[in-house]
Amino acid sequence: MSTTNHALPPGLPAPSTEEPLSAPYWKAAREGRLLVQKCGGCGGHQWGPEWICHRCHSFDLDWAEVKPRGRIYSWETPHHPVHPALNGHGPYTIVLVELPEADNIRMIGNLVGAPGAEPRIEAEVEAVFEPNDEASPPYTLVQWRLVG
Amino acid sequence: MTERTLRGKAAIAGIGETTYYKHGQSPDAEFKLALKAVLAACADAGIDPREVDGFATYGNDRSEATRLAAALGIHELRFSNMHWGGGGGGVAAAVANAAAAVHSGMANCVIAFRSLAQGQFARYGKGAQAPMAMGEDAFLWPYGLMSPAQRFAMKITRFLTENGIRHEALRSIALASYHHAQSNPRAVMQGRPLDEAKYDASRWIIEPFHRLFDCCQENDGAAAVLVVPADRAKDLPHPPVYLLGAAQGGHHRSAAPVHNAPHYASAHFPTVARNLYEMAKCGPGDIDVLQAYENFTGGVLLGLVEHGLVKPEEANEFLVKENLLAPTGRMPLNTSGGNLAECYMHGLELVNEAVRQLRRTAINQVPDPEIAMVIGGPMVTPVSSLILGTEGTL
Ligand SMILES: [Zn+2]
Repeated sequence: MSTTNHALPPGLPAPSTEEPLSAPYWKAAREGRLLVQKCGGCGGHQWGPEWICHRCHSFDLDWAEVKPRGRIYSWETPHHPVHPALNGHGPYTIVLVELPEADNIRMIGNLVGAPGAEPRIEAEVEAVFEPNDEASPPYTLVQWRLVG
Repeated sequence: MTERTLRGKAAIAGIGETTYYKHGQSPDAEFKLALKAVLAACADAGIDPREVDGFATYGNDRSEATRLAAALGIHELRFSNMHWGGGGGGVAAAVANAAAAVHSGMANCVIAFRSLAQGQFARYGKGAQAPMAMGEDAFLWPYGLMSPAQRFAMKITRFLTENGIRHEALRSIALASYHHAQSNPRAVMQGRPLDEAKYDASRWIIEPFHRLFDCCQENDGAAAVLVVPADRAKDLPHPPVYLLGAAQGGHHRSAAPVHNAPHYASAHFPTVARNLYEMAKCGPGDIDVLQAYENFTGGVLLGLVEHGLVKPEEANEFLVKENLLAPTGRMPLNTSGGNLAECYMHGLELVNEAVRQLRRTAINQVPDPEIAMVIGGPMVTPVSSLILGTEGTL
């Protein structure tokens, strides 16, 4: 198994990728594209996925590809393993990333890239698509790395 | 039109709790703990437990109202209420729901309670063990974001960073709880004092603001209060402790999925605190003694700020241990040891302590308090808080 490129060790819960509300996101992630909900009524972006637009109450929610760039809104570095798969792994960093070009919706991911990269609020990041091909069914996580 | 309010309409007439245990150490089953706490609250109020006609709780408590009613042989059940949301966000709401029931005439004598034997069930500090993450969790768990501490930590990172608040401000909150617990025989952490050096040397749970002592323990036990209409309370053994104000809920989209709340770095009290003070007809300057739910010390700080008790720009200066200690501190906080050091009874122990303070029977008694506040579990949704007062405040 090639897990060396993964932010976290194998064995954590896999995302459910075939639920109607979120399946298009996961399908696009397999193709290296970042899709989020976009309202057919008012044009606003929305995340996480919901059946209705919280702005205009339209049920006509479509999916739009957005630029996989953002900035860190907040971050945390857990040390204490909360899942058996994390025992002995050591600290890892979770980032909350704001997408300025998609109405500032936010997404969760791990900060990947150069070891020791320091998270900082407002730092620019770009998406890294992390395939889990060995999983059944396979899925791709969207991770983030510092730009520049 | 008469004013719609609970102010002065209902009172806590009895309080009770079991022995508090470290998690997994209770010799009693969880339901037995609930029964013991209910009986203790009734005995304290001088009311026959069979007269209880309602139960209100929160946090998906497993001790169901109907089973309690049957086991205790109560004459009739008129009110049963579960407040939505996990953890202790609903602790003040459960008391308020009991008060609303007795004031509206739906019931006469309602127990608000929490029972918890985590040794017999899953622990909170462990992440999900399911192989697949469904719904919103699909966007969280695969990234190792699973526990309550991890769900809330980024609110704290953002708020403390934005406002230049140092970790020492959170340390003072932990030190105050441990200090108060040392004189409290009920406290699980009695005999295990905490000082600056021990706190600073404790391991990281989550950087940058969660050391071990910023996080609540997990415990076994149960606690309960008995709520009756204000008129009834006057004839009972203890001086009544009146509900002056209560509020619950959250601000606009505070529960937006995947950390998308517009006002994110929040404990979710901005609107709740406004509504609370409006009903209680008082303000932050009137609070004599404060019990604020510690799931994590950062949430306490946010709760204090959102209730107007501390200004963010003064937090470093104000949140020093001496200011938080009974009897002489400027803002005595968690005077029985709180969740951190008395018992993590999901905040019900904080309600009991607020009542003891206003009865003037607390172990770490604040001099002659008239008004006490209980802030429920911060950062969850919905949250709730409560203001209680003596006869003199009506
Ligand atoms: Zn819309």
